[in-house]
Amino acid sequence: MTEYILCFILFCIGLYAVVIKRHIIKIIIGIGIMEYAVNLLFILIGYKHGAGFPFIEENMKVMAGVSMVDPLPQAIVMISIIINLTVVAIMVALAVRIYEKYGTFDITKIKRLKG
Amino acid sequence: MIFIFVIIPILTAILLTLFNKLDRRWLGVVTSAALGVNLVAAFILISKLAGNGFQPVVYKLGGWTVPMGILLVADGLTAFMLVLINLISMICAVYSIKYMDKFLDEWKYFVLFLMLTASFNGAVLSGDIFNMFVFIEMGTISAAALIAFDTAPEELESAFRYMIFGSAAALFVMLGIALTYAYTSTLNMADVAVSIVLNKNVALISFITVLFIIGFFTKSAVVPFHFWLPDAHSSAPSPVSAMLSGILVKVLGLYALTRIIFNVLGADVSAVLMAFGVVSMIVGGLLAVYQKDIKRLLAYSTISQVGYILFAFGLNTQLGFFAGLFHMFNHAVAKSLMFLTSGAVMYATDERILDNFGGGLRKKMPLTSITSFIGSMSISGLPPLGGFWSKLLIVIAAVQSGKYGYALIAVVVSIITLSYFIKWHKEIFFGELPEKWSNIKESPLVMLLPMIILALLCAVSGFLLLPGISSNFLEPAAKVLSGGVEYGKTVLELAK
Repeated sequence: MTEYILCFILFCIGLYAVVIKRHIIKIIIGIGIMEYAVNLLFILIGYKHGAGFPFIEENMKVMAGVSMVDPLPQAIVMISIIINLTVVAIMVALAVRIYEKYGTFDITKIKRLKG
Repeated sequence: MIFIFVIIPILTAILLTLFNKLDRRWLGVVTSAALGVNLVAAFILISKLAGNGFQPVVYKLGGWTVPMGILLVADGLTAFMLVLINLISMICAVYSIKYMDKFLDEWKYFVLFLMLTASFNGAVLSGDIFNMFVFIEMGTISAAALIAFDTAPEELESAFRYMIFGSAAALFVMLGIALTYAYTSTLNMADVAVSIVLNKNVALISFITVLFIIGFFTKSAVVPFHFWLPDAHSSAPSPVSAMLSGILVKVLGLYALTRIIFNVLGADVSAVLMAFGVVSMIVGGLLAVYQKDIKRLLAYSTISQVGYILFAFGLNTQLGFFAGLFHMFNHAVAKSLMFLTSGAVMYATDERILDNFGGGLRKKMPLTSITSFIGSMSISGLPPLGGFWSKLLIVIAAVQSGKYGYALIAVVVSIITLSYFIKWHKEIFFGELPEKWSNIKESPLVMLLPMIILALLCAVSGFLLLPGISSNFLEPAAKVLSGGVEYGKTVLELAK
């Protein structure tokens, strides 16, 4: 149970960075921390202490007496990491262009849109 | 064969990438043709569904059986959304042929546009929560790239803001998905629905529901989570604004929310949806009155109208769902029309601040002025137009469920809507023409045609209520939502 609660705390730390921080790069890092927290939670859900790799023998028979971890969360986390990579890539690209146009990373000074 | 809705746009996008030296006109024509094929396919799907009494059509990706593989499900609601998505995106693609003249690297625009449409189609077709999440993320990323397409400072700023809000919301959804998987050991929507009915842990389901609500409310810009929408919608190129406002908030936000809350989790959240819907209605409407920018006003109006739809869904009755979906259709058509109109005005005059117009454009752009008048009056709910019928149905549904106060608010906000659209028209189209606009021209035909089609749709969409038409289009969609978790049992039986 403790590890799940720690995951939620990590998620909240990331959310804190996104909401409170003013530096664009720190906000992106905050999103990254939230992503790690969710991925970690997913892996922990499928984890089983002392279990082996999720290999299945020929003819789809599970090896007798061997317990395995759940393979689905691992596959999902793999896809999730790819999505997160794209998200972070596009945010960093936008941050670079924003720096070129505004000359600052401070989100409070990047305020041309109002109302 | 329902996967073609996703395959056609993606294949076309790949083709455009390969042949990006093509003449810029042809890029747009190919895009519109591909989306037109999708629209025809959506109508064929509806006729097929009508043939077998709206039993869902199920497709197993890769032939894997239910809990293992990913399922694509097309039921009444999906068919309704598919028609809406492909109709609006085809019209916006036709409009883009001329509008994107001003921009460089048009092929990138059309590739992103096709990916956006593919992600919408995928999100409504998917029968697997994580698969739906992947499509939603794909839509968010392509939308952010489209918003920042011109790389002006404002566009970069709003795209960045949208990315932050969108990905934070997506992570809340992902957390909800993780907990759902931990509880039910499956991510297939039908399977999750069935196993939650069998074994209901109210505390956990409520927590998951809250996570999904935070995520999807942000995606659909319901009031406390709306900060990204006015920036994003007002800075994007106009056809993209039309797509964002017409479809994105409805598919990635409202559709995903209602599908998961009503059909999968079966949670009773009607009080929450109604409260947030009414707050969105009022706040969006009041903020719209004070806007100075032509597109920003429309963006705030979108927040207000999304509030109407959410409120109608929150009533949780058959008529409420029907009215909400009907308003979704009317608002998608009319608001896309308004954004295309504002694009045409900006294309002709290069001006976007309401006070600087001085009115009178009606004399120079008569057709644009007529279509935009029809569109805005449809959103405000003037009698013969589509928006009137859907708002009337929402009010009737509210009165039927005994929510008299909310019904009164809905009527009052409708008057506020009328007031800001009158202001919009007074500043742009009505009155005497100032000197500076003496040599502007009516928009080119390629831009006028989409607007005329949308205006006609606004004018005749009341006919969707006729018994023969509504029983094949809107009623089955509303039935899916009001059927609740029955969805799971039906789909599982078909997927055996």
